[in-house]
Amino acid sequence: MKSIRKQVAAWARTSSPWAIHFNSGSCNGCDIETVASLTPRFDVERFGVMLHGTPRHADILIVTGAISKQQQDRLLRIYNQMSNPKFVVAVGACAAGGGVLQGCYGVLGGVDKLIPVDLYVPGCPPRPEALIDGIVKLLGGIKGGK
Amino acid sequence: MPKITVPLGPQHPALKEPGNFMLILEGEEIVDATLRLGYNHRGIETAAESRNFVQATYLIERVCGICSHAHATCYVTNVEHIAGLEVPKRAQAIRVVVGELERIHSHLLWLGVAAHEIGFDTLFMYSWRDREHVMDALETISGNRVHYSMNTIGGVRRDISKEDLDEILKKLSVLEERTKYYIKLATQEPTLHARTKGVGMLPTKEALKRDACGPLARASAIARDVRKDDPSLVYNQLDFKVITSDSCDVFGRLYVRVFEILESVKILRQVLPYLPEGPIAVKTPPKIPAGEWVTRYEAPRGEDVHYVKSDGGTNPARVKVRAPTLANFESVAYMLKGDQLADAPLIIAAIDPCFSCTDRATLVRGGSSNVELMKDLRTRAIEYYKKKGIDFSKVS
Repeated sequence: MKSIRKQVAAWARTSSPWAIHFNSGSCNGCDIETVASLTPRFDVERFGVMLHGTPRHADILIVTGAISKQQQDRLLRIYNQMSNPKFVVAVGACAAGGGVLQGCYGVLGGVDKLIPVDLYVPGCPPRPEALIDGIVKLLGGIKGGK
Repeated sequence: MPKITVPLGPQHPALKEPGNFMLILEGEEIVDATLRLGYNHRGIETAAESRNFVQATYLIERVCGICSHAHATCYVTNVEHIAGLEVPKRAQAIRVVVGELERIHSHLLWLGVAAHEIGFDTLFMYSWRDREHVMDALETISGNRVHYSMNTIGGVRRDISKEDLDEILKKLSVLEERTKYYIKLATQEPTLHARTKGVGMLPTKEALKRDACGPLARASAIARDVRKDDPSLVYNQLDFKVITSDSCDVFGRLYVRVFEILESVKILRQVLPYLPEGPIAVKTPPKIPAGEWVTRYEAPRGEDVHYVKSDGGTNPARVKVRAPTLANFESVAYMLKGDQLADAPLIIAAIDPCFSCTDRATLVRGGSSNVELMKDLRTRAIEYYKKKGIDFSKVS
């Protein structure tokens, strides 16, 4: 009985994963590629992914950029506002580990210094195809009950 | 009526980047607005001092992902001047090609974002679909879609082959046709007019007083363009117009940007088929002689100013970036006053703000023992601007 309930929940989650985009101190490169993945040529909406404005409606937190010290409290607050289960995708080299901005005095480092990350999409910036590949892998993971 | 303060940002669906606007409302009308920056401050200028001149090029490029070529060009031009390097003509032309392609991509991106802010998502999807043609062209030239890394000190890193050239020219024809459609849309579509005309007014006098630059100034009938006023690279040999509009509102900014795409296509047609023959870069010494230089460059958002100082070593002694958006922010605070709350995201978007460009260093002077307090710096700045007739005392 429990497993059926789990299966239904996983089906619902993988069919309409809503995402929120958070810029934690990015140079905009990853942001424009994230938005580009929503537009007609790449169209990530094929997988049910929609960008939403409020963290309370979102399942996936897409974080771009190394975390600036001004933004860390806000990121934590937004992460805590999201309801469970929640998934974090770190987009770009900076979000993964600070990238080129590693060691700057205004930068804390990668996203995983603050919140648990489920998926890293590397690149400076990653191409929209890479982002879509990452999200599909994440959805596969959710389906498998990870 | 009681006044209500509504915060917009730092995380807000209408803002793609972190920035905070405090809107003071009376009913639906904005009576005052203050802004707060610095959420995106990373410390790139200090980081550049710990890298050598070549490494710093790629760091400076990452000041901003949208106008990365503008920042990198500005920086390398400074270093080349200090070192006394003569950049080959072919490299200069390739820099212009990438710069103009970047301008087209940035303006199409803006058109989409502005359309999204007024709820015209069809136009957003259209313009971003067409933007992919430019992204393809940039990828053909540089191998990457966003950070092109074309510049190096003394020239460019990659050449444009004959086959690539033909492909790019073909894409330009498609773009030109689509831009004409957008011009038709901008001049005839009544919904666009209803949301943009008379919104975010910035009269010429106010724009001059607030040192507006780029498309924002040009939409307030100020024909200011660094490509014409202080031409670098090969811009002085090219035939193009400075587009202006005297409507002084968001519609004017839309008009200026859409027509600028056509001008950029015109420039590319004059440069691409006639690329001068020769090398694409000259050799650079690892140590740059002592000296300093300031360069201006017309980025898609306006005048970008860079300062580089060298003390004769392998690393820059000081790098300073003044991004165009910083110059335009004071105008935003003015434009928001007297408009409706619902128009606030559009007015902010109308200057094409780039917070990652803007959030520069503030205070440190002479090491940690002699740190200038933000409070003192603020008092000084408020006094300075008071003399110019602008009141910053309410900005927190």
